[in-house]
Amino acid sequence: MADLLGIGAYLVFFLVVALNYAVACLGLNLQWGYTGLFNVGVAGFFAVGAYTTAILAGPDYPGQFGGFGLPFPLAWAGAMAMTGLVALVVAVPTLRLRHDYLAIATFGIAVVIQLVAQNAQWLTGGAFGLNLPRPLFDAVGDPVLWNLLYLALSVLVVAVLYVGLETLAQSPWGRVLRAIREDEAAARSLGKSAALFRIQAFVLGSMIMGLAGAMYASFVGFISAQDFLPILTFQVWTMLIVGGSGNNRGAILGAIVVWALWTLSGRVMGLLLPAEMQARGAALQIVLIGVVLALLLVFRPGGILGERRQVSRHL
Amino acid sequence: MPLVQVLADGLVVGAMIALGAVGLTLVYAILRFANFAHGELIAWGGYFALSLLTLATGWLGLEAGGIGGLSIGWALLAALAGAMVLTAALGIGLDALLFRSLRRRGGAITLIIASFGAALALRNLIAFLYGPTPTYYSRAIPMALPLLPEEVAAVTGQIRMTPDQLFILGLTAVLVVALHLFLSRSTLGRAMRATAENPDLARLFGIDTRVVIRWTWAIGGMLAAVAGVCFGLTAQVRPQMGFDLLLPLFAAAILGGIGSFHGAVAGGLILGVAESIGVHLIGAEYRQAVAFVVLIAVLIARPAGLFGERD
Repeated sequence: MADLLGIGAYLVFFLVVALNYAVACLGLNLQWGYTGLFNVGVAGFFAVGAYTTAILAGPDYPGQFGGFGLPFPLAWAGAMAMTGLVALVVAVPTLRLRHDYLAIATFGIAVVIQLVAQNAQWLTGGAFGLNLPRPLFDAVGDPVLWNLLYLALSVLVVAVLYVGLETLAQSPWGRVLRAIREDEAAARSLGKSAALFRIQAFVLGSMIMGLAGAMYASFVGFISAQDFLPILTFQVWTMLIVGGSGNNRGAILGAIVVWALWTLSGRVMGLLLPAEMQARGAALQIVLIGVVLALLLVFRPGGILGERRQVSRHL
Repeated sequence: MPLVQVLADGLVVGAMIALGAVGLTLVYAILRFANFAHGELIAWGGYFALSLLTLATGWLGLEAGGIGGLSIGWALLAALAGAMVLTAALGIGLDALLFRSLRRRGGAITLIIASFGAALALRNLIAFLYGPTPTYYSRAIPMALPLLPEEVAAVTGQIRMTPDQLFILGLTAVLVVALHLFLSRSTLGRAMRATAENPDLARLFGIDTRVVIRWTWAIGGMLAAVAGVCFGLTAQVRPQMGFDLLLPLFAAAILGGIGSFHGAVAGGLILGVAESIGVHLIGAEYRQAVAFVVLIAVLIARPAGLFGERD
């Protein structure tokens, strides 16, 4: 019985993290799946959301910027706004140019954000990271129950995002995004400003990633630079490609499947390798996932679900 | 520190960035995608040389010590030559296994994400095989020599460089001149330029673009290996070294005009100097931020770069 409870508690924890990834994955799907924008800086936008939440909602420490102690809904909204602002800085100079430049610029901003996370002690806590209270944790009392409630909140966020993004994708706005992705010249000839639509999609997608970061920080209660390494970007990309880019259900499914494989392979490595090899085992795990992604791209580029064909209702 | 010293240090870093950026820009010119795995070729070049150095000193009995005041000995030179061949093979192999089949399906953007995945896999393979701790080719502490005569130094300040740094500058100059002659004079070099200009037309004129692509990877890989060994000589050999160089490489290639060989060399040197000045002003921990600032500034002011053609 105790074992069953333990497994159940672990499952709840697992699902919260998986849904957290799913939120980031939905943001990436809006950028890449629907609009064809190549964002290699997912970890950076995620980090901006997480740090903004910690600064806005966290307690006041001496010599440390922030500690506003704001209520969580406000902190999350602030996190999304801040991420949107950072996204705008990258988007405006690059989105009128070739798509490679966006990839390189997003890579760059993620590197810079990582540097700030590591070194700007006054803002991000540097190597010591930042603590923040978990919302209503003391009021709920029981950690397992709190995790369960947080899972319910995560499900709600994912559901709202899913419905919202599906509605957007079906809307005239979403159709313009796909039109730009498929044939920019044709979309432009119909009088649509490709750059403007791209900037909107990019900023909105990044804000969703910022929300994912905010949810992560609030769930864990402690963040540091180590949480936002490039591997995070790669995980979210793998999730989207495995699930099927251009498909919101695929993005959610991919997040759960890949996170399950990731934790499972981590467990297997942990069991197979001796203690002194554990650090190298983590490296080997990343190598394996990299190879899986490459194989998928070569042999099954559509992912598990793939993109549904959207045809006019009148056909 | 006198300004001349900051500039001189920047040129040495710039030489390494230039070597990497040339390979990156050649791959871009011929295959038209931003290769995020190029930094890993640099790292692998550095580690290939490390393994070969152990072989050369252990098995072949080559002298580990330096020639003259250099910490570079015959063993490391042999290891460098071997690492160039191996890294070229790694580039060609990567293309044959991954990029070629993705090219056939089309979509430069799939190539970018594939290269991003390959980069993570290659980097972590180093961490798995060699462990995460940084190492060195040689434990010798190089002596920095004054370069300027006293009368000049009294006005400008003295420049001090280690023999290794001078060797890096000289080697880079030789390689850049050799590659310039290769691209402008040899048949294969001309074929490469033709393919970069217009692949279909190049094929129509009987150029075997597969050979051109192989040589592009080979040249990019060889230069990357040199950059990796130079980085290992002046800093340290570590799994992250390629990743840390990637942003400067892209910034240099775009500053020079992506796809332009001369632009990549100039861009690399300028970026090295800019980094050196930036580190002098704001501290070493934000070194890579300089590359990002340069990158964004170029994209806003002159997206075609210094030597690039406009779209």
